[in-house]
Amino acid sequence: MSLLLETCISLLLVIGGLFGLIGSFGLLKLKTPMQRLHAPTKATTLGVGATLLAAAIAMYWQTGSASWQVVMISVFLFLTAPVSALYLAKTHLHLGKDPLPPTSTKADWAGKRR
Amino acid sequence: MRKLFPHPYLSVTLFVAWILLVNSAALGSALVALVLAAALPHVTAAYWPGRAHIRHPLALARYVALVLWDVLTANIHVARLILFTPADQLQSAWISVPVDLQSPEALALLAGTITLTPGTLTAEFSADSKTLLIHALHAPDPDAIRDDIKSRYEARLKRIFA
Repeated sequence: MSLLLETCISLLLVIGGLFGLIGSFGLLKLKTPMQRLHAPTKATTLGVGATLLAAAIAMYWQTGSASWQVVMISVFLFLTAPVSALYLAKTHLHLGKDPLPPTSTKADWAGKRR
Repeated sequence: MRKLFPHPYLSVTLFVAWILLVNSAALGSALVALVLAAALPHVTAAYWPGRAHIRHPLALARYVALVLWDVLTANIHVARLILFTPADQLQSAWISVPVDLQSPEALALLAGTITLTPGTLTAEFSADSKTLLIHALHAPDPDAIRDDIKSRYEARLKRIFA
Protein backbone atom coordinates (compact mmCIF):
# COMPACT_ATOMS: atom_id res chain seq x y z
CA MET A 1 0.00 0.00 0.00
CA SER A 2 1.35 3.40 -0.91
CA LEU A 3 2.49 5.79 1.78
CA LEU A 4 0.02 8.47 0.71
CA LEU A 5 -2.95 6.15 1.07
CA GLU A 6 -1.76 4.83 4.41
CA THR A 7 -1.43 8.40 5.66
CA CYS A 8 -4.96 9.21 4.48
CA ILE A 9 -6.42 6.15 6.20
CA SER A 10 -4.51 6.78 9.44
CA LEU A 11 -5.58 10.41 9.45
CA LEU A 12 -9.24 9.45 9.01
CA LEU A 13 -8.98 6.84 11.79
CA VAL A 14 -7.40 9.37 14.15
CA ILE A 15 -10.09 11.96 13.34
CA GLY A 16 -12.82 9.35 13.87
CA GLY A 17 -11.35 8.20 17.17
CA LEU A 18 -10.84 11.76 18.35
CA PHE A 19 -14.46 12.76 17.73
CA GLY A 20 -15.70 9.55 19.36
CA LEU A 21 -13.59 10.39 22.39
CA ILE A 22 -14.80 14.00 22.52
CA GLY A 23 -18.41 12.81 22.26
CA SER A 24 -17.92 10.41 25.18
CA PHE A 25 -16.15 13.11 27.17
CA GLY A 26 -19.12 15.40 26.54
CA LEU A 27 -21.40 12.68 27.93
CA LEU A 28 -19.32 12.80 31.11
CA LYS A 29 -18.95 16.56 31.37
CA LEU A 30 -22.35 17.97 30.45
CA LYS A 31 -24.85 18.52 33.24
CA THR A 32 -28.46 18.05 32.07
CA PRO A 33 -30.01 15.07 30.21
CA MET A 34 -30.88 17.24 27.19
CA GLN A 35 -27.31 18.56 26.95
CA ARG A 36 -25.95 15.02 27.19
CA LEU A 37 -28.21 13.94 24.35
CA HIS A 38 -26.19 16.22 22.05
CA ALA A 39 -22.96 14.25 22.54
CA PRO A 40 -23.88 10.76 21.18
CA THR A 41 -25.95 12.04 18.21
CA LYS A 42 -22.90 14.00 17.12
CA ALA A 43 -20.20 11.37 17.65
CA THR A 44 -22.04 9.09 15.23
CA THR A 45 -22.06 11.64 12.44
CA LEU A 46 -18.42 12.70 12.11
CA GLY A 47 -16.65 10.07 14.25
CA VAL A 48 -18.27 7.02 12.72
CA GLY A 49 -18.33 8.70 9.30
CA ALA A 50 -14.56 9.19 9.26
CA THR A 51 -13.92 5.63 10.53
CA LEU A 52 -16.20 4.13 7.86
CA LEU A 53 -14.57 6.22 5.15
CA ALA A 54 -11.18 4.86 6.25
CA ALA A 55 -12.57 1.31 6.09
CA ALA A 56 -14.00 1.93 2.62
CA ILE A 57 -10.68 3.24 1.26
CA ALA A 58 -8.72 0.35 2.82
CA MET A 59 -11.12 -2.23 1.37
CA TYR A 60 -11.09 -0.61 -2.04
CA TRP A 61 -7.31 -0.67 -2.02
CA GLN A 62 -7.06 -4.30 -0.98
CA THR A 63 -9.85 -5.93 -2.99
CA GLY A 64 -10.07 -3.48 -5.89
CA SER A 65 -13.86 -3.28 -5.64
CA ALA A 66 -15.90 -0.73 -3.75
CA SER A 67 -17.51 -1.98 -0.54
CA TRP A 68 -20.98 -0.51 -0.70
CA GLN A 69 -22.00 -2.05 2.62
CA VAL A 70 -19.77 0.49 4.36
CA VAL A 71 -21.57 3.32 2.58
CA MET A 72 -24.92 1.80 3.55
CA ILE A 73 -23.90 1.67 7.23
CA SER A 74 -23.33 5.43 7.25
CA VAL A 75 -26.60 6.03 5.37
CA PHE A 76 -28.52 3.98 7.94
CA LEU A 77 -26.75 5.80 10.77
CA PHE A 78 -27.77 9.16 9.32
CA LEU A 79 -31.35 7.89 9.01
CA THR A 80 -31.67 6.36 12.48
CA ALA A 81 -29.70 8.83 14.66
CA PRO A 82 -32.32 11.64 14.42
CA VAL A 83 -35.17 9.20 15.12
CA SER A 84 -33.62 7.73 18.28
CA ALA A 85 -32.63 11.23 19.46
CA LEU A 86 -36.20 12.45 18.90
CA TYR A 87 -37.61 9.59 20.97
CA LEU A 88 -35.12 10.12 23.80
CA ALA A 89 -36.00 13.82 23.83
CA LYS A 90 -39.75 13.08 23.81
CA THR A 91 -39.31 10.68 26.73
CA HIS A 92 -37.47 13.39 28.64
CA LEU A 93 -40.17 15.96 27.83
CA HIS A 94 -42.79 13.54 29.13
CA LEU A 95 -41.39 14.04 32.64
CA GLY A 96 -42.66 17.63 32.31
CA LYS A 97 -39.73 19.18 34.18
CA ASP A 98 -38.57 21.67 31.58
CA PRO A 99 -40.43 24.95 31.02
CA LEU A 100 -41.15 25.04 27.28
CA PRO A 101 -41.53 28.11 25.04
CA PRO A 102 -44.99 28.69 23.52
CA THR A 103 -45.85 27.37 20.05
CA SER A 104 -46.40 29.80 17.18
CA THR A 105 -50.07 28.82 16.78
CA LYS A 106 -52.94 27.97 19.13
CA ALA A 107 -52.18 24.24 19.05
CA ASP A 108 -50.06 23.02 21.96
CA TRP A 109 -47.01 20.72 21.77
CA ALA A 110 -48.12 17.32 20.51
CA GLY A 111 -46.92 15.16 23.41
CA LYS A 112 -47.86 17.52 26.23
CA ARG A 113 -49.48 15.97 29.29
CA ARG A 114 -52.97 17.19 29.96
CA MET B 1 -47.49 0.22 -13.22
CA ARG B 2 -49.02 2.59 -10.64
CA LYS B 3 -50.87 -0.36 -9.05
CA LEU B 4 -47.71 -2.45 -8.80
CA PHE B 5 -45.47 0.41 -7.64
CA PRO B 6 -47.66 2.90 -5.73
CA HIS B 7 -44.55 4.69 -4.40
CA PRO B 8 -41.95 4.79 -7.19
CA TYR B 9 -39.28 6.66 -5.16
CA LEU B 10 -39.58 4.15 -2.32
CA SER B 11 -39.39 1.21 -4.72
CA VAL B 12 -36.28 2.58 -6.45
CA THR B 13 -34.66 3.24 -3.06
CA LEU B 14 -35.43 -0.30 -1.86
CA PHE B 15 -34.11 -1.80 -5.10
CA VAL B 16 -30.82 0.14 -4.95
CA ALA B 17 -30.44 -0.44 -1.19
CA TRP B 18 -30.80 -4.21 -1.63
CA ILE B 19 -28.28 -4.34 -4.52
CA LEU B 20 -25.80 -2.34 -2.41
CA LEU B 21 -26.38 -4.45 0.71
CA VAL B 22 -25.67 -7.77 -1.02
CA ASN B 23 -22.87 -5.97 -2.92
CA SER B 24 -23.59 -7.80 -6.15
CA ALA B 25 -25.50 -6.93 -9.30
CA ALA B 26 -26.01 -10.57 -10.37
CA LEU B 27 -29.36 -11.56 -11.87
CA GLY B 28 -30.39 -13.44 -8.72
CA SER B 29 -29.95 -10.46 -6.38
CA ALA B 30 -31.61 -8.15 -8.91
CA LEU B 31 -34.67 -10.43 -8.93
CA VAL B 32 -34.86 -10.49 -5.11
CA ALA B 33 -34.46 -6.70 -5.12
CA LEU B 34 -37.32 -6.38 -7.62
CA VAL B 35 -39.61 -8.56 -5.48
CA LEU B 36 -38.76 -6.49 -2.38
CA ALA B 37 -39.26 -3.20 -4.25
CA ALA B 38 -42.72 -4.39 -5.32
CA ALA B 39 -43.82 -6.02 -2.03
CA LEU B 40 -42.54 -3.72 0.75
CA PRO B 41 -44.44 -0.55 -0.31
CA HIS B 42 -47.67 -2.60 -0.24
CA VAL B 43 -46.91 -4.16 3.15
CA THR B 44 -46.14 -0.73 4.65
CA ALA B 45 -48.86 1.14 2.72
CA ALA B 46 -50.58 2.24 5.95
CA TYR B 47 -47.55 4.42 6.81
CA TRP B 48 -47.49 6.20 3.44
CA PRO B 49 -50.84 7.98 3.13
CA GLY B 50 -49.49 10.65 0.73
CA ARG B 51 -46.88 10.78 -1.95
CA ALA B 52 -43.80 12.98 -1.92
CA HIS B 53 -43.61 15.53 -4.73
CA ILE B 54 -40.02 16.50 -5.41
CA ARG B 55 -40.02 19.49 -7.73
CA HIS B 56 -36.27 19.98 -8.01
CA PRO B 57 -34.22 16.78 -7.67
CA LEU B 58 -31.02 18.70 -8.41
CA ALA B 59 -31.78 21.16 -5.60
CA LEU B 60 -32.29 18.15 -3.30
CA ALA B 61 -28.80 16.86 -4.17
CA ARG B 62 -27.36 20.32 -3.45
CA TYR B 63 -29.26 20.35 -0.15
CA VAL B 64 -27.71 17.01 0.88
CA ALA B 65 -24.23 18.37 0.06
CA LEU B 66 -24.94 21.51 2.10
CA VAL B 67 -26.09 19.44 5.11
CA LEU B 68 -23.02 17.18 4.92
CA TRP B 69 -20.78 20.27 4.90
CA ASP B 70 -22.69 21.75 7.86
CA VAL B 71 -22.36 18.46 9.78
CA LEU B 72 -18.60 18.72 9.31
CA THR B 73 -18.16 22.35 10.42
CA ALA B 74 -20.72 22.17 13.21
CA ASN B 75 -19.11 19.01 14.65
CA ILE B 76 -15.87 20.93 15.09
CA HIS B 77 -17.83 23.79 16.67
CA VAL B 78 -19.48 21.45 19.22
CA ALA B 79 -16.19 19.65 19.93
CA ARG B 80 -14.68 23.02 20.87
CA LEU B 81 -17.69 23.80 23.08
CA ILE B 82 -17.30 20.47 24.91
CA LEU B 83 -13.54 20.81 25.34
CA PHE B 84 -13.05 24.49 26.10
CA THR B 85 -16.29 25.90 27.54
CA PRO B 86 -16.92 25.24 31.24
CA ALA B 87 -20.14 23.27 31.72
CA ASP B 88 -21.77 25.98 33.85
CA GLN B 89 -21.20 28.59 31.14
CA LEU B 90 -23.13 26.69 28.47
CA GLN B 91 -26.37 28.52 27.79
CA SER B 92 -28.69 25.73 26.67
CA ALA B 93 -32.10 26.81 25.49
CA TRP B 94 -35.41 25.53 24.18
CA ILE B 95 -36.28 27.29 20.96
CA SER B 96 -39.67 27.33 19.29
CA VAL B 97 -39.34 27.45 15.49
CA PRO B 98 -42.47 28.26 13.45
CA VAL B 99 -42.47 26.39 10.12
CA ASP B 100 -44.80 26.54 7.16
CA LEU B 101 -43.83 23.40 5.25
CA GLN B 102 -46.86 21.52 3.98
CA SER B 103 -45.54 18.08 3.07
CA PRO B 104 -44.79 15.66 5.94
CA GLU B 105 -41.71 14.43 4.05
CA ALA B 106 -40.23 17.94 4.01
CA LEU B 107 -40.99 18.36 7.73
CA ALA B 108 -39.30 15.05 8.56
CA LEU B 109 -36.28 16.06 6.50
CA LEU B 110 -36.06 19.43 8.28
CA ALA B 111 -36.34 17.75 11.71
CA GLY B 112 -33.63 15.25 10.77
CA THR B 113 -31.38 18.01 9.44
CA ILE B 114 -31.69 19.98 12.67
CA THR B 115 -30.75 16.93 14.75
CA LEU B 116 -27.83 15.95 12.50
CA THR B 117 -26.27 19.41 12.49
CA PRO B 118 -24.58 19.41 15.87
CA GLY B 119 -25.60 21.87 18.54
CA THR B 120 -29.31 21.62 17.82
CA LEU B 121 -31.81 18.82 18.32
CA THR B 122 -35.44 18.42 17.30
CA ALA B 123 -37.43 17.37 20.37
CA GLU B 124 -41.11 17.85 19.59
CA PHE B 125 -43.74 19.01 17.10
CA SER B 126 -46.81 21.05 17.89
CA ALA B 127 -50.11 19.21 17.48
CA ASP B 128 -50.82 21.00 14.18
CA SER B 129 -47.24 20.49 12.87
CA LYS B 130 -46.76 24.25 12.51
CA THR B 131 -44.03 24.58 15.13
CA LEU B 132 -40.88 22.63 15.91
CA LEU B 133 -39.42 22.51 19.41
CA ILE B 134 -35.64 22.34 19.26
CA HIS B 135 -33.01 22.22 21.96
CA ALA B 136 -29.74 24.09 21.47
CA LEU B 137 -26.61 23.11 23.37
CA HIS B 138 -25.19 26.63 23.47
CA ALA B 139 -27.43 29.49 22.40
CA PRO B 140 -26.36 32.94 23.58
CA ASP B 141 -28.78 34.29 20.95
CA PRO B 142 -31.74 31.88 20.43
CA ASP B 143 -33.39 34.12 17.82
CA ALA B 144 -30.32 33.92 15.59
CA ILE B 145 -30.45 30.10 15.61
CA ARG B 146 -34.16 30.18 14.75
CA ASP B 147 -33.62 32.59 11.85
CA ASP B 148 -30.63 30.57 10.64
CA ILE B 149 -32.70 27.37 10.47
CA LYS B 150 -35.49 29.16 8.63
CA SER B 151 -33.31 30.83 6.03
CA ARG B 152 -30.69 28.11 5.58
CA TYR B 153 -32.81 24.92 5.56
CA GLU B 154 -36.52 25.65 5.53
CA ALA B 155 -36.38 28.05 2.58
CA ARG B 156 -34.51 25.46 0.50
CA LEU B 157 -36.86 22.62 1.47
CA LYS B 158 -39.86 24.77 0.58
CA ARG B 159 -38.44 25.15 -2.93
CA ILE B 160 -37.64 21.44 -3.31
CA PHE B 161 -40.99 20.02 -2.21
CA ALA B 162 -44.13 21.15 -3.95
